[in-house]
Amino acid sequence: MNINSELIILRDVSKIYQVGKIEVPALKGISLTIRHGEYVAIMGPSGSGKSTIMNLIGCLDTPSSGDYFLNGDNVSEMTDDELAHIRNKQIGFVFQTFNLLPRANAFRNVELPLIYAGLGPGKRRERALETLTAVGLGDRVNHKPSELSGGQRQRVAIARALVNKPSLLLADEPTGNLDSTTGDEILQLFDDLHQQGNTMIVVTHEESIAARAARVVRLLDGEVLSDTMNGKR
Amino acid sequence: MFSAIWDTFEGFLIALRALRENKARSILATLGIVIGVMMVVLMVTIVAGLNASFAKQLAQIGSGTIYIQRFPWIIQDDFFVYRNRPRMTMRNYEDVKRHSLLASSVTPYVDTMRPIAYKSETVTGVMLIGTDDTYLATTDVLPEVGRFISPLDAAANRDVCVIGTTVSENLFDQENPIGKRLKIGGYYYKVVGVLEEQGSMFGMSMDSQVIIPLGSLTKHFGRRRDLSIIVKAKDPSYVADLNDELTGIMRRSRRLQPGEGNNFSINEQSQLMDTYKQITSGVYATGILLGGISLLVGGIGIMNIMLVSVTERTHEIGIRKALGARRIQILRQFLIESALICAIGGIIGVGIAWGGSKIISQYMPAVMSPAVALGGMAFAALVGVGFGLFPAAKAARLDPIIALRKE
Ligand SMILES: Nc1ncnc2c1ncn2[C@@H]1O[C@H](COP(=O)(O)OP(=O)(O)OP(=O)(O)O)[C@@H](O)[C@H]1O
Ligand SMILES: [Mg+2]
Repeated sequence: MNINSELIILRDVSKIYQVGKIEVPALKGISLTIRHGEYVAIMGPSGSGKSTIMNLIGCLDTPSSGDYFLNGDNVSEMTDDELAHIRNKQIGFVFQTFNLLPRANAFRNVELPLIYAGLGPGKRRERALETLTAVGLGDRVNHKPSELSGGQRQRVAIARALVNKPSLLLADEPTGNLDSTTGDEILQLFDDLHQQGNTMIVVTHEESIAARAARVVRLLDGEVLSDTMNGKR
Repeated sequence: MFSAIWDTFEGFLIALRALRENKARSILATLGIVIGVMMVVLMVTIVAGLNASFAKQLAQIGSGTIYIQRFPWIIQDDFFVYRNRPRMTMRNYEDVKRHSLLASSVTPYVDTMRPIAYKSETVTGVMLIGTDDTYLATTDVLPEVGRFISPLDAAANRDVCVIGTTVSENLFDQENPIGKRLKIGGYYYKVVGVLEEQGSMFGMSMDSQVIIPLGSLTKHFGRRRDLSIIVKAKDPSYVADLNDELTGIMRRSRRLQPGEGNNFSINEQSQLMDTYKQITSGVYATGILLGGISLLVGGIGIMNIMLVSVTERTHEIGIRKALGARRIQILRQFLIESALICAIGGIIGVGIAWGGSKIISQYMPAVMSPAVALGGMAFAALVGVGFGLFPAAKAARLDPIIALRKE
């Protein structure tokens, strides 16, 4: 993979939600380019459009207008199944609300992306357990989400995002529910992943976390307020 | 190809887990299928049993045997049409006997009901048959004890008789009937033999009969009786040709002109079978229709439950899609789930039908064949796939982000 080539190109992207008869603009003409291997923090007040832009980048949602190129391919021209393939193989998504299957235990949740990747049960078990151990949940494998603390659930969500070894990791407030020790461990994990050449995009409210990223994009009311490289401030 | 099989297996596991989580609802949902499958399977089983038993009884007539009679066995149009037909005569019999090339034996036959007495015992409802020695060869019955009517008995119109087992048991108890003299309508007949047990045909005992020489019967009990001519083909495969041959012989014997209709009937086993099939196919169709309707209702019930299930699990579907599930994989997951629910219903239905057939088989023939049982289950699963298609397609088409937002 060509490092420093563009991975993500957003060109004048808008997202307008229709709530009844009212149109709610969540993103207003955003243009943004992210290269392979970058570590980007997205910041902004609540409601500024951070989750919305993450959903677009994660190929879960489509823009109301404007173009999104991923690896040079126009996402809006892809079929449902092509998008599913990309979500499965290339993107790891840590959701702000975790989105775990409530009736499946930690192992089953983490195993899920591997099922859709077509891996056999043996390989799946190995990979899922390995990843759960890496996020410090080796002893909570058989717990359902309701039997886990908020922080533990978040770590299950992170393990699930990482288990298929995606090259692009999207994390929407990944440390919001973690104490500072576990939070630091997760951030250390992210740093390692970044070192290995993965592209990281992390939404956060905390300046200390943003400081770990090389680049900080600040949103306000659906627009890019600033886009700065750390250390060049 | 391999991945499709693999995906199906995964879908199966996922569906199994989903069913375990909704046991009660799944069982209730499949109730219609249970009833539908039960009805269809039971119906098929009963009709198959009846068919087998009918065919068995019919086989007693013998597929190579033809009955030339005044009336057809099955009268489809007005009886009036047949009423003016002439009786069968001994001349007709003799013509058939003389001219038929395809017959191995030709037997005259007359019957009437008479009470039979021996000492103080009397049995009623006994079929008194007048025939000759060829009856043995034509009908394949054998005497168990003693002998049958001999050619000499027949030629001399001797007053001898051969009795059925029921008559023998009722009149003689422990005594040896051979040589004893029975009283039939005021005339004495010497018993020369007892027939082997024949069972019953269409609910009528074949063992409650007494056979005497035809001449003796006409002498004592009147000659204006309806004669039947029983003809046995040299080989069962000749029956159709024999039928034609006999028609020709009979027409000549009766001097019918070309264009005149037959004034006699050539009856054979296959006619009964055809009519029987006509009747049962009506019953069959009704049963299948009713079963089909309850399967349809059951299928709609399954569709409804699956739609509820898809709505309830929209968030789950969103998660799966977000993590890379393709449409076909979601579709398959839900199809397998509804097929599984229905297959379970099918298994329960077949199980109940099996129990039912055990009970019914005490009163009438009913044996469930493995093919019918398996077919019932497979058909139930097929109903599941059919009616699960719409809900499953709905699930597969869900937009991931919209699905994810539903809690
Ligand atoms: N499904 C939706 N329908 C209508 N409006 C929506 C929807 N999702 C988001 N919005 C609106 O879009 C705007 C951006 O929402 P978004 O979730 O992107 O904010 P955010 O920056 O992630 O906030 P937070 O930090 O609280 O998570 C908000 O004003 C929100 O009300
Ligand atoms: Mg958000």
